[in-house]
Amino acid sequence: MNRLERLRAEGRFDAVNEAIPYTKFVGLQCDIASGSLLTIMRHRASNIGNPSIPAIHGGVVGAALEHAAIMELLYRGDSPELPRTINLSIDYLRPARDEDLFMRATIVRHGRRIANVRVGGWQSDPAKPVAAAHCHFLLSKD
Amino acid sequence: MKIEDDPAEFFKANMHHFPHFNALGLELMELKKDACVMRLVQREELLGDSERGILHGGVITTLLDSVAGAAGFSGMEPGHTLATLDLRIDYLRPSEPKLDVFGKAEIYRRTRNVAFATGVAYQGDEDQPIAKCTASFMISPLPGGAKG
Repeated sequence: MNRLERLRAEGRFDAVNEAIPYTKFVGLQCDIASGSLLTIMRHRASNIGNPSIPAIHGGVVGAALEHAAIMELLYRGDSPELPRTINLSIDYLRPARDEDLFMRATIVRHGRRIANVRVGGWQSDPAKPVAAAHCHFLLSKD
Repeated sequence: MKIEDDPAEFFKANMHHFPHFNALGLELMELKKDACVMRLVQREELLGDSERGILHGGVITTLLDSVAGAAGFSGMEPGHTLATLDLRIDYLRPSEPKLDVFGKAEIYRRTRNVAFATGVAYQGDEDQPIAKCTASFMISPLPGGAKG
């Protein structure tokens, strides 16, 4: 069991997110205070793609959605392994402004080996999503 | 020809103004009409799993969106801009620790409104990609006109 798997097994969920170096690079946080998982990417100037719009780099929006899906699987899923991304498909719905990005994920199907997860992300108005993704993850080691 | 009239030259000249390109340290290796190659040097802060030295998937996503977007940009008529409509990525094998990652994309079809891209991310061998992507971009005229 590696460190992330151990922290998760101990129920130290915030520590799992913190232990992933990339979360600090783009400002990804997890909030479980409400009893469900809300993943947040804090706004920061270094996440801007094109400064003339200015919008968050589309790749970083995709990264945040994938991360939210993985954290949902770690939060709710019952597989002991860390999920490994097989593929993801991201739809960009509106420009993601230089503001916090909020994400919620839904596990559509959690099989023994494969999970299918959908994620939506919004900024100031939850009724106006800026991006959505669906992803497949491999849950077993082999 | 003015630099504003050649999107590829305009991109090369302005890439250093793009904050997240700088943050990632993306290096432009090649950019011509409808094709782009960039290089990413691995660093600790980009890892998803620091014990195994594996990059966060989001880094690959960002590299592929960047090269596909730049390829789309490079073939545009002056006075237009583009935005990603969708991006689909298959992760084919885990990244090797420490080795540079290259992203390569091309636009295989362009209409007035949409550019269609495919791309790969690879390390040593382009024929053994770590990820493949397909993406589409919406092309729009800039409100002000001819400034790429």
